[in-house]
Amino acid sequence: MKYNKDNYKKVVDEFTPKNKMLKNCIMAFIFGGVICLIGEIINDSFVAWLGISDDEASPMTSVILVGISALLTGLGWYDKLGKIGGAGTVVPITGFANSVVSPALEFKREGFILGTAANIFKLAGPVLLFGYFSSFIAGLLSMVFK
Amino acid sequence: MKKTGKTFIIKDDVIIRDTYTIVGNKEGQGPLKNKFDMVIDDDLWGEDSWEKCELKMQRTAVENLKNKNNLINDNIDLLISGDLLNQITSSSFAARDLELPYIGVYGACSTMTLTMGLGAMLIDGGFAENIICVTSSHFCSAERQYRLPLEMGGQRHMSAQWTVTGSAAIWLSNSGKGPKIKHVTFGKIVDLGVKDANNMGAAMAPAAYDSLNQHLQDTGVDYDLIVTGDLGTIGKGIVNKMFNEENKSIESKYDDCGTIIFDIEKQDVHAGGSGCGCSAAVFGSFLYKKLLNNEIKKLLFTSTGALHSPTANLQGESIPGIAHCLGIEV
Repeated sequence: MKYNKDNYKKVVDEFTPKNKMLKNCIMAFIFGGVICLIGEIINDSFVAWLGISDDEASPMTSVILVGISALLTGLGWYDKLGKIGGAGTVVPITGFANSVVSPALEFKREGFILGTAANIFKLAGPVLLFGYFSSFIAGLLSMVFK
Repeated sequence: MKKTGKTFIIKDDVIIRDTYTIVGNKEGQGPLKNKFDMVIDDDLWGEDSWEKCELKMQRTAVENLKNKNNLINDNIDLLISGDLLNQITSSSFAARDLELPYIGVYGACSTMTLTMGLGAMLIDGGFAENIICVTSSHFCSAERQYRLPLEMGGQRHMSAQWTVTGSAAIWLSNSGKGPKIKHVTFGKIVDLGVKDANNMGAAMAPAAYDSLNQHLQDTGVDYDLIVTGDLGTIGKGIVNKMFNEENKSIESKYDDCGTIIFDIEKQDVHAGGSGCGCSAAVFGSFLYKKLLNNEIKKLLFTSTGALHSPTANLQGESIPGIAHCLGIEV
């Protein structure tokens, strides 16, 4: 065989179909945009109709979006949205909820503690770690420069 | 020695007496829908996990093959099986219920021809008269072990393949009528550095080329049909290119089970089917019937395996490929 590790990559590239970048970007823009729009509607409704302050409405909106996403994941619909929406459904907070609920569901057959509980943050773990770490840094900075 | 080059010659009769195939719902809607013995309705088949469903498929395939042919355990010398899961769970747990002397093997998606090749040699060597070879794979159990949770929303790569939910049991015997295994070539591992776990076809193609080339060179048989296991559209294209570049084109008589079992466009399987069950189900149904009907007289059947380990992959390792060839003649 005339191929080796160096020249084989070119052959692989030649035969591997490219991902549909433009279409994926447009769909991500639409799906991500719609999710954010729903968030804005929920947020503004809290402020306008329930007289809740903007500061308090924001976390409540997040909780509701997370709840909806968890429900859709449980019903087996979120992965279908994700297939079309791509990054548009992964990046918003609903995608984060999906990444927590999907392993929780998948590992429930191995038991509640060693299955679900041990694996629930399998995908979200890095997000949580870096989230905690960056808030720690932000906290330090705000303490120093206050 | 019963050997030519790297290929073992099966001198006595080793007959593929019968097969039994079980596939999942999606496979049952594909181009081969009327060819399988059984199609199951859903991912669980009444079990409470995908893993248990997979071992039930394996067990049922063997039981139904036995019942179909009035075989009893006393007549069967050995069960050789394998699958994709850690500790070859489906095979060992199915064998627990089948109560047959059991050899479990792991060859990733190359397992079907690996088990049949070993079985043929044991029969030819006079160690056994009847052997059952069985493999299985299940889309859901494979996804969760090798990739991401199923409910995780995301997009599959265009080069990714769809693990076939299916199992096939094959009965090999030293007597009776049916297509015969004439040559066995166990491939060597070929790894050209593909690290992309979403492009298994490209990872396996060099191994497939190497084994096919070795087999054709050793035996000199002019096959009617050459079929690889689960290279999909990408791997199939690469194998064709490699043979064409050596001026030994096989394009006119070459196909791949991963592109046969699904309607690639309509069933949204991207690069095609994969898994131990892919070549097993296609051989056990479609190809075996073609041999029985004399539509093809000489078949080169080559299951292909990506010996992929998610752990090794994360540690920077590439994906070793392997392919085992069976020369089958009517």
